[in-house]
Amino acid sequence: MVPLWMFLLVAAALFCIGTFAVLSRRNAIAILMGVELMLNAVNINLVAFWRYGTPETMMGQAFTAFVMVVAAAEAAVGLAIIIAVYRSRKSVVVEEVDLMRG
Amino acid sequence: MVELNAHTVVFAIFSIITLGGAVGVVWNRNLVSSSYWLIFSLFGVAGLFVLLSAPFLAAVQVLVYIGAVGILITFSVMLTRGMTQIKDVFNRQSAASGVVAVLLFVVLLVGVVLPVWGPSGALSSAPASDVVATTAELGVALVDGSQYVLPFELVSLLLTAALLGAIVIARDQDK
Repeated sequence: MVPLWMFLLVAAALFCIGTFAVLSRRNAIAILMGVELMLNAVNINLVAFWRYGTPETMMGQAFTAFVMVVAAAEAAVGLAIIIAVYRSRKSVVVEEVDLMRG
Repeated sequence: MVELNAHTVVFAIFSIITLGGAVGVVWNRNLVSSSYWLIFSLFGVAGLFVLLSAPFLAAVQVLVYIGAVGILITFSVMLTRGMTQIKDVFNRQSAASGVVAVLLFVVLLVGVVLPVWGPSGALSSAPASDVVATTAELGVALVDGSQYVLPFELVSLLLTAALLGAIVIARDQDK
């Protein structure tokens, strides 16, 4: 089988690409896509450690399933907020959404 | 080092799909194609789950991420239509964030992954057991009173609350 560190390498690369998307994109939906990539990197890590660590228990898979549910909830609420902001400000560029600036 | 067999080749293909899709998400100027690249990338992650002998999670990945989250993002892109082709895709700090992302990757790789789990790392000799828990056991574990039934119920409550909240937030309040 492929050694564990190669899965960790792919997950780390995916996480860093997601980080770059979150830090550098201006469109809020693109930032949310970056968050999804980061969550998927974490899921790869969880399943890889489960497979190479204790594959006879259910811990890793159960945690990954919970992460997926929370990610789905996060995507639904995040996109609802983005649509609400677009309706009131006619923009989803994060720099132009400064209603709470002091 | 890594021997070349079918497993390694499949791993390489799915890794390229995952990472290539992710790069496509970041670099695409058009947000609609960006969301398609995201779906492509998530499909690669599902393939990696199959390789890690977690077929149920791979199916959930396809159903929930590709089916639901991917379509949700595509819909949002189309609902915020004037924003899909903005001229400046990246903000002013994009160069700095590139440096931060690369540095984070190097630190993770050199500082954590390779010394601990790498080819000559401290935990590298631990072999993967061939006894793998099945999907049936996962199903039992999720509703077993001594295992994960409480987080399972809590997460279903969270999902219901989040989806109701999403409807309330996104609804047009003027009507």
